[in-house]
Formats: sequence, structure tokens, C-alpha cells
Amino acid sequence: MDQPITHAPDFFHDNKAEATKAMARSFGNRVLTTICVSLSLLTLVPLVSIIFLVLKNGLPLLSWSVFTELPPGAGMTGGGFGNAVVGTLLMVGLGLVFSAPVGILSAIYINEYAPASALAQTVRVVAKLLTGIPSIICGVFAFAVVVAVSGTFSAWAGGVALAVLMLPTILLTSEQALMGVQSAFREASYGLGATRFQTIIRIVLPDALPAIMTGIMLAVARAAGETAPLLFTALFSQFWAKSLSEPTASLSVLIYNFSTVPFPHQIQMAWTASLVLVAFVTLANILAQLAFSKKH
Amino acid sequence: MPENNPDSRAIAEVRVGPDLFHVLCWVASAAAVATLGWIVYEIVSGAWPAIQKFGFGFLTSSSWVPNRENFGVFPFIVGTAVSSLIAILLAFPLGLAIAIFLSENFLPLPVRQFVRFVIEMLAAIPSVVYGLWGIFVVIPIIKAFGDWAVVHLKGIPLFEGPAYGNSMLTASVVLALMILPTLTAISRNALTAVPKTLREGAYALGATRWEAILGVILPTAAPGVVAATILALGRAMGETMAVAMLIGNSSRLSWSLLSPGGTLAGLLANQFGEADGLQVNSLMFAALILVVITLFVNVAGELVLRYTQNQTAGIR
Amino acid sequence: MKPASYLLLGAALLGLSSTTQAQQLSGAGASFPAPLYQRWGVEYNKVNPGVQVNYQSVGSGAGVKNFTAGIVDFGASDAAMSDAEIAKVANGVVMIPATAGEVVYAYNLPGVKSLNLPREAMAGIYLGTITKWNDPVIAKANEGVTLPDLPIQVASRSDGSGTTYIFTQHLSAISKEFADKIGTDKSVTFPVGVGGKGNDGVTALIKQSPGAIGYVEYGYAKLNGLAMANLENKAGKFIAPGGESGAATLANVVMPENLRVWPVDPEGAGDYPIASFTWLLLYKKYDDAAKLKALKDFVTYGLTTGQGFADELGYIPLPAPVVDKAKAALATIE
Repeated sequence: MDQPITHAPDFFHDNKAEATKAMARSFGNRVLTTICVSLSLLTLVPLVSIIFLVLKNGLPLLSWSVFTELPPGAGMTGGGFGNAVVGTLLMVGLGLVFSAPVGILSAIYINEYAPASALAQTVRVVAKLLTGIPSIICGVFAFAVVVAVSGTFSAWAGGVALAVLMLPTILLTSEQALMGVQSAFREASYGLGATRFQTIIRIVLPDALPAIMTGIMLAVARAAGETAPLLFTALFSQFWAKSLSEPTASLSVLIYNFSTVPFPHQIQMAWTASLVLVAFVTLANILAQLAFSKKH
Repeated sequence: MPENNPDSRAIAEVRVGPDLFHVLCWVASAAAVATLGWIVYEIVSGAWPAIQKFGFGFLTSSSWVPNRENFGVFPFIVGTAVSSLIAILLAFPLGLAIAIFLSENFLPLPVRQFVRFVIEMLAAIPSVVYGLWGIFVVIPIIKAFGDWAVVHLKGIPLFEGPAYGNSMLTASVVLALMILPTLTAISRNALTAVPKTLREGAYALGATRWEAILGVILPTAAPGVVAATILALGRAMGETMAVAMLIGNSSRLSWSLLSPGGTLAGLLANQFGEADGLQVNSLMFAALILVVITLFVNVAGELVLRYTQNQTAGIR
Repeated sequence: MKPASYLLLGAALLGLSSTTQAQQLSGAGASFPAPLYQRWGVEYNKVNPGVQVNYQSVGSGAGVKNFTAGIVDFGASDAAMSDAEIAKVANGVVMIPATAGEVVYAYNLPGVKSLNLPREAMAGIYLGTITKWNDPVIAKANEGVTLPDLPIQVASRSDGSGTTYIFTQHLSAISKEFADKIGTDKSVTFPVGVGGKGNDGVTALIKQSPGAIGYVEYGYAKLNGLAMANLENKAGKFIAPGGESGAATLANVVMPENLRVWPVDPEGAGDYPIASFTWLLLYKKYDDAAKLKALKDFVTYGLTTGQGFADELGYIPLPAPVVDKAKAALATIE
């Protein structure tokens, strides 16, 4: 169906009008394909430009020592950002622990259990409203709720701020994922005598899982790279994290700190940290997709 | 007897009230709603002194002068609307094109894998790095374009006046790139979720590839694409760091895209750390307005959603 | 699996036990002195591994808020604290000047290696009354230098900052028009110019546009190779920014009891006109004796050995009399 029709096929029996229409449709098809492919490849140009910039500036300082050493002071050379890597892993992990269950279970409720209920409609509105909350407000909220109450900056507070940031993405994409499961599957399951719970756990969720993972990875990618929420909740630390209730380093705050000072070594460290961050998230993404790909 | 027959017991379970999992899901939903409620409460209580002092005038006043305690956010509301609109206008067609490209087999699989890989890498790039890329790469390009446009597109007010590097256009372009991965990934999911039977049905009726895409597949995937757009738009309106670094943060209203502007989120990013007293309250008021704007945008999105769902009702 | 799990358990216990020994101090506040305080933290930890001092820049405003709420062990502010703010702190406040900086006019004019800016021009550029580089006011102060017929592209700060505070404070003192129209604050609205975020944002703005001028901290201009204008001080001399001229300004300052003072318009012949201290904020009373000792040791380190890092990082070392007064204030904390 993609091959262009360049001459009227026999079955049009000299019906010029029909033959012309067929050629026009096929020509239009070709044009649209070309436009679509060109747009896609063209968009790659700025995208590759960013990745190239990160690679070019970040590769020189990349070595194993960045994972084992602590951040260098201003004007010093050497050092690394091992504590920031650990901190980001910790706080994004905490954020996931708080937001993924709430997001996925809510999506299940509003799509499987009571799609038309008042609560479901409220949740849909709420999730979309949450997408527009600036990241800095997530930080301010977590500050008011965790830091002000506990009296100290902590990784817990950072996790809460990131959870609020991730929740709308996970909720909305999970809902879309569940909607994407064909109703035939559900009907077949009920037909076999399964309960709603069994249907959800054994049929619907596994089928929706790849799309849910996409949503989770998108949320994780964003959370790992946001500075403002962590600045007001986890602050920063130049030393290894020893507990979850103290200021904790993170890659995003490190990048923010090091890229806004005039010291060349720290600026370069910021790029290397960006490279490590992008690499880690991409790796996690690939692993998640490999683990949860559709097995048809 | 029903008690001894396992099949009957299973059926009986279905008729019994909500099981633990059902309750858990309900609790999760309630928690999501409660979270937003709590956030709105915190924002409103933080904004209260400013609300009392300025009232509605806060939205219409154009002067933001911290040391005179005179706060008004009209230019920033306009800036938020304009930058997000341009970002979506740029990102939507591109993102949709890429999503279609990734869900159809125009080019061989390795090419598609590579494109998908690049886009997903982009989602992982921190906002600060987008800001830095904007400063090093985008600003010189926009400045060059601006210098050209000021001369050659003279009549159009959108391209008027001295061309700055830190401008509305720069911020919008970078924003478009930031929201592209979200839009693309979720739209692609929506497109691939369209049942195979529908595609095959369309081809069986003699449709060309694009007739199938535009006539059947896209409309079916429309709810997912709209959801992707809303998520992307939300991100665009709420983006703080990159916008703050690129837009020039000016409170002077201007028609020109080549002039510096400001957004509500950028204002927050720029001033929150150093603010105290009434300025903090005013910033929280600005955050509240942003939430309200998001509400309006979502209502509009819902209307679009309802329209597309009416078109494709009963397909699944 | 048994030996592996024992190993893990042992490692965990070892980790846990070592954590109980280091004293942790955390501070948050102004971004201007952040690199210096963080350097002190790293260097002091080498000298005394039992003390780990963290400092993160969140802005003077947020720093004061956190300090008032008792969430941090110490704060930092470019604008010190007002009496009203001090009254809100339960445990009392001791302000200790820790370092100082200069605000420079950095410019981008290829071919113009040295630029004198008279006071009228300093204010006029930011008021928008002086718009071209070859304006007679500027030309008069730069005889023998050909100034191009370019418009002045003004760069300012889009974010709130102590740098803006010090800058506008000085301009308000030297120009009544500036004081009336714009005033002094951490974030002001200039009638002209483009805002960059942070000192680095303004630096980038200046670098990008020939004909640009902006105000940045001395360290940023120096380390980025930006040309800096010589500013006219009250005595009528054009002074280049640098360690010496800044030190001259600070040395002439009379320190009051609470150590809060701004040399708003210094009078000495060799004084650089825009320089200011930045303060560490400590409580008058600390409940934890071990924490207090660690803090006092750290601040003493900063006031003595720490001053040695100031010059290379673009800060001005404190004059000896100020150090003595600071140490005395430190001693009053219990």
C-alpha cells in the first residue's frame, strides 16, 4: 500500500476519473510520509545538538573517581560527586515509593472500579491540575509539610517533593495505559469466572505494564533533573549521606551549584554530572523497557 | 451445594462488597485528591496577605516593584500564556509526527529505535542543562534570526524592536524541546494501543496508509494524544529553571517575541530565594494564579477530549 | 550465601558506628559567599575530620527564614539582618562579617581596554538617561580613548540578590534621581536592560553582546576575563576594582557594636566605591555544647586560615581589625 501507483492498473478499465483519483491518493500518501519522516529526522538536529554538548563538555572529566570522591571546593581540582549520585538515587527512589502506588492504584480505581463516580472525575481533574504546579511549589509544599515540622532538611522531604512532582505523570499515563487494554480481554476474563481483582492483577495490569513503565520512567527522568524542589527540602551536602534525616546531596543541585560559579573546574564537573545523570536515567529506561516489554 | 462448589464460591465473591484491593485503590485516589487540596491550602495561606492587600488588581497591574511593595503580575500572565502557546504550537506537530513515525514502519526498525532512544534521553536532561544549552547554542541563533527579522519583517509587531538574545522566542523554543519527549512518548503509546483489528479493517477497505492514520488510527488514539498534550502543556507552564535563565525576566509588556518577557513560574524561580515579607506572599499569589490558569486550560482540554471521544465512541 | 550476608551486616554496622562520631553542621543563605564557605567546609574537614560543615546557597532571604525557624545551625546574608528580623529569632543573633566583595561594572567593548565611569554615568546608564557609549559624560572622563557610537546594552539581575542590594544602595546614595525612581532592594525594576539570572547569567549576557555593560561580583568578572570599568569615588578619583582598592575601603570602615555596617559611599582617595561585607548569622545561644564548639572552631578557621583562600576565589580578605572584632563577637556566644 506504500508503493506509488504510477500508471493506471488494469482493473480501472480505462475509467480515467477513478484512475486519477487513485494516483492522487497514492501521491498524497507519499507526500505525507515524506513530510512525517523529514520532520522527525529534522527534529533530531536540536536534540542531538544538546546531547552532543553534554558529551563534549562532560566526557573529559568522566572517570571512576567521580563516583567515589566528594565534591571539590571552589578553586580546587580533582574530586567527584559520589555522594550526589547516591543522594539522587535515594530521593528519586523515595519519591517513587510514595508516588507510584498512589498513582497506579488511583488509575486502577478511576478506570476499572468506578470510572463514572464523582471521586474518579475529581481525581482526573486533580491530576491534570497537579501537572501545572511549578516545581518550586512542590519544594515549598514539602518544606512546609516535612521540613518545618521535623526541624531539619532531609532526604525524606526531598522524596516527598519529588513524589508530588511525579504523581500527575504517573497517574495520567497509567490511566491511559489501562484505557489502552482492550475490553475484550476483560470480558473474556470475567467470562471465565474471574473476580474483578483477579482480572486487574492477572490480565489488565500486565498488558498495561509497558505503557505504565513509560510513564514512570518519564516521571523519574523529570524528577532526577529538577533542582528547585530539592533546594528547599534536601538542601545539599558535601559529604557522604549517613541518614535520611539530614541534608542530602543530589546531582541536580550539584549541577546547579557548579554551573553558576566562575570556577572552570567546577563548571566542567557540572557537565560531567549532567552526563552521568542522563546516562543513568537512560540506562534505567532501557532496563525497564527490556524487563517489561510486551511478550505477545 | 454452593459452599462446596468452587465455581459458585468465586461467583459469590464477586457479588460481595468491595474487597481489600478495591478499598486500597479508593484510598489512593482519595490521597491524590487530598494532596492537591493540601497544596492549594498551603499556597492560599501563603498568599493570603497579598490577596487581602491587592485583590483582583494583582492580575491587572503591570508593575512589579519589590522595594515599593507594589506587586502586579499581568505581564507575567501574558508571558506564561504566550510562551506555553508557542511551545505547544511548535511541539505538537513535531511530537505527533515523530510519534506517528515511531508507530508506523516507514523506516527500518533500527532507525526507529535510534530515534526513540534519542527522544527518551532528552527527557532525562536536567532543566539547568537545557538552560545552559539555550544560552550557548540557541541564543546566538535567535539573535541572528532576530537581527534579520527586525530588518526584513519590519511591519509585523511580533518581530519588532531591538532583537535580544534573552527573549520570549528563545525561551519558547527551548520549552518546546523540553516538552517534546513527554508529548512524543505518550502519543506513541496511544497510537500503538490502537487495536490491530482497526488498522487491518481500514486497509481491508482500501485505505492508503495515511488515510488509515488520519481517518481511523489518530481519532481512536485522540484521547491519549490530548492527555499527552495536556501533560506537556502543564510542564511548559510550570517550568521554572530553564525559562528563568533564558527569558530575560522583564515586567515590561511587549508585542515583540524578540523582547525579553517573563512567566509566572520564572518569576518564582528568580525571586523566591531572596524574597521576604509581602514579596513572598505575592509570589505565592502568583503561584495560585498559575494553578487557576492550569484549571482553565484543563477545562478547555476536557471539552476537546469529550468531542474526540464522541467521535470514536464504542470502538474499543 | 551465609558469608556474604555476614559481610554485608558487618559493613552496615561499621558504617553505622562511624556515623555517630562526626559532628554535622549545616548552613544556608546567600549565594555570593557560597563557594568560599563550601571551600572552608572541605578544607576544614581535612584539618578536623570530626566536623562536617555543609553550606548551600538558597538566597539571603530564604537563608534568614531558615535561620529564624531554627532549621539550620547558621545562616548567611549579604544584607545582614534588620532589627525587626533579629527580634523574631528566639535564641538571639550574632552577626559575624566573614568576607567581603566588590561589585564591578563589567563591559564588552572590543578595543577599549580601560574605561573610566564618572558618577553621573554610573547612575545614568541604569536610569536610561545615558544611552550611547560616546555620550559626552563618558567621553569627558576618557580623553584620548575613542568610544564607539554604539547603544549601551544594559544587563541587570532578573533574580533577587545581595549584589543588586549593594549596587542599588550605592547608586541611591550618589544619585537622588536613582533613589527616587528605583531605590534600594535585593530586586528592583530598572527602566532599561535585560535581566540575566545570577552573576553567571549577567556575565553571559555581557559576553554575548558587544556594547554591553552590567554589574557583577568582582570574582565573576575576573575569572571570566571581562573588562572592568574604573569607577569614580567620592574623592573624585577613578579606582580600578581589585584586592587593594577593596581592602582600602574596608579598612576605613568604622565597625559598630553589632558589626553591621555598609560603606555606602566611601570617602577615602583610594577606596573602591562599591564594596561590602557579607555576614555569617549565628545564634547567641546554642543548646548543644558539642555543636557550639565545632561551630566556633569552624568560624575561627574561616576568619584566620580561611581568609587565605579569599583572593584566589575573587573575594576581599577581611582587614585585621575586623577579624579581631569578629572573633570577639564569636566569643560572646554560649
